[in-house]
Amino acid sequence: MSLAERVLNGERLALARLLTLIENETPEGLEALAAIYSHTGRAHRVGVTGAPGTGKSTLVNQLALHLRRAGDEAPTVAIVAVDPSSPFSGGAILGDRIRMRDLAGDRGVFIRSMASRGALGGVARATAAIVEALDAAGFDIIIIETVGAGQAEVDIARTAHTTVVVDAPGLGDDVQAIKAGILEIADVLVVNKSDLPGAENTLRALRSALRLAHPQAREEEGEAVWVPPVLATVATRGEGIGELAAAIGKHRSHLLGSGQMAAREEARVRSELEALLREHLMRRFLSAQPDGRFDAVVQKVLARELAPTEAIRRLLEEQDEG
Amino acid sequence: MPEKPLRVLIAKPGLDGHDRGAKVIARALRDAGMEVIYTGLRQTPEMIAEAALQEDVDAIGLSILSGAHMALVPRVLELLRAQGQGHVPVLVGGIIPDEDVPALKAAGVAGVFGPGTSTEAIIKAFREASRAAAEGA
Ligand SMILES: Nc1nc2c(ncn2[C@@H]2O[C@H](COP(=O)(O)OP(=O)(O)OP(=O)(O)O)[C@@H](O)[C@H]2O)c(=O)[nH]1
Ligand SMILES: [Mg+2]
Repeated sequence: MSLAERVLNGERLALARLLTLIENETPEGLEALAAIYSHTGRAHRVGVTGAPGTGKSTLVNQLALHLRRAGDEAPTVAIVAVDPSSPFSGGAILGDRIRMRDLAGDRGVFIRSMASRGALGGVARATAAIVEALDAAGFDIIIIETVGAGQAEVDIARTAHTTVVVDAPGLGDDVQAIKAGILEIADVLVVNKSDLPGAENTLRALRSALRLAHPQAREEEGEAVWVPPVLATVATRGEGIGELAAAIGKHRSHLLGSGQMAAREEARVRSELEALLREHLMRRFLSAQPDGRFDAVVQKVLARELAPTEAIRRLLEEQDEG
Repeated sequence: MPEKPLRVLIAKPGLDGHDRGAKVIARALRDAGMEVIYTGLRQTPEMIAEAALQEDVDAIGLSILSGAHMALVPRVLELLRAQGQGHVPVLVGGIIPDEDVPALKAAGVAGVFGPGTSTEAIIKAFREASRAAAEGA
């Protein structure tokens, strides 16, 4: 049996192997992913992001436990936890599983840690591919944990259907999330660690920032406009988790009912194809260049003999002639 | 293209209470360019095997101070074999009496490291064991 068939057959070791091959962008991994692609599209994808230490992993653990308690109807859950690679060594410590030990032994749960591996835009693409594989493998809900809040997180959020932004009191700056522009991508906002002093202030700050980020929400309430709820949780005690799960479910219904799910999916596929196309065209272009020509142009721009736009124009013209 | 980073699991089985040593090793391996999946304290052999499977790791390091290594380590090896990961090297660090080392190695442990071992030696052992396993696979 091929790797792809074994994955579709529910073999967990084969799935784990496939995820590695995909992450390493090996031809074998890409081929297997292509072979199972027609099985994707069933899972609900939930992004969980926020500043370091806000309790994302603890929350994801509780959320998955809650979802898995729904008896025979319980959805299966896959978790992808992304942590940053060290810019110095390229290594990483992936420690999110520490908070997810309650999920051990449940075969309806699959947890995978991954490092961001530095490459710009690369994390989002590798994560998206890994999520596709988990989707094809049959997981009903896929939770993606990332440490906010940079462009990479925003890109990853774009591959999720529902994005949960986690904040906590006492970060010294109640509007940290807002400044980073991550509020705009939130479908659900959570103030975790609500047992700590200052939680009320954080809730209030988020609610008022939200009114700024979603000015239309007030006027069009009652229409098919989603107003992100702001929830208070205490992940360490499992408080507020039912409400969080309900909000995610409600958002999903909203996406489906309003036609936004289809629109989001189309936008996602479009931008994914554009990114791939860009990369392939670039690779093809560069490999068609005579050795050293691109470097020579880089040097000319560096020496300010040539403006970047002019450099590109020349490169493309020479290519067309040749 | 640079070689892909090794993925290793560092786990702390058993009931003893602190994981300073394990954390030091995890950081040293990270600084050597590896991706270290760190699972924290009080891991059962079942939890370790499950994490090794889901994470598809190249090698596993077990840190054991409790003296329970003769029970824990063979169990981890047995679970790995049963799930088709018998080739994944397992290295053991901590307080392991000399007389237990041959038995652990006979059971399939790829390396045993006492408290005095340098981090360089440990990094080297992880690299070599992972490479040997990849070539043998
Ligand atoms: N008081 C309190 N502490 C919490 C709560 N939730 C999580 N914590 C603690 O916060 C710390 C960080 O929790 P994690 O779940 O690892 O946070 P995280 O956001 O996943 O962290 P990174 O992945 O490192 O960014 C741990 O010590 C948790 O026990 C909470 O609701 N209340
Ligand atoms: Mg975390």
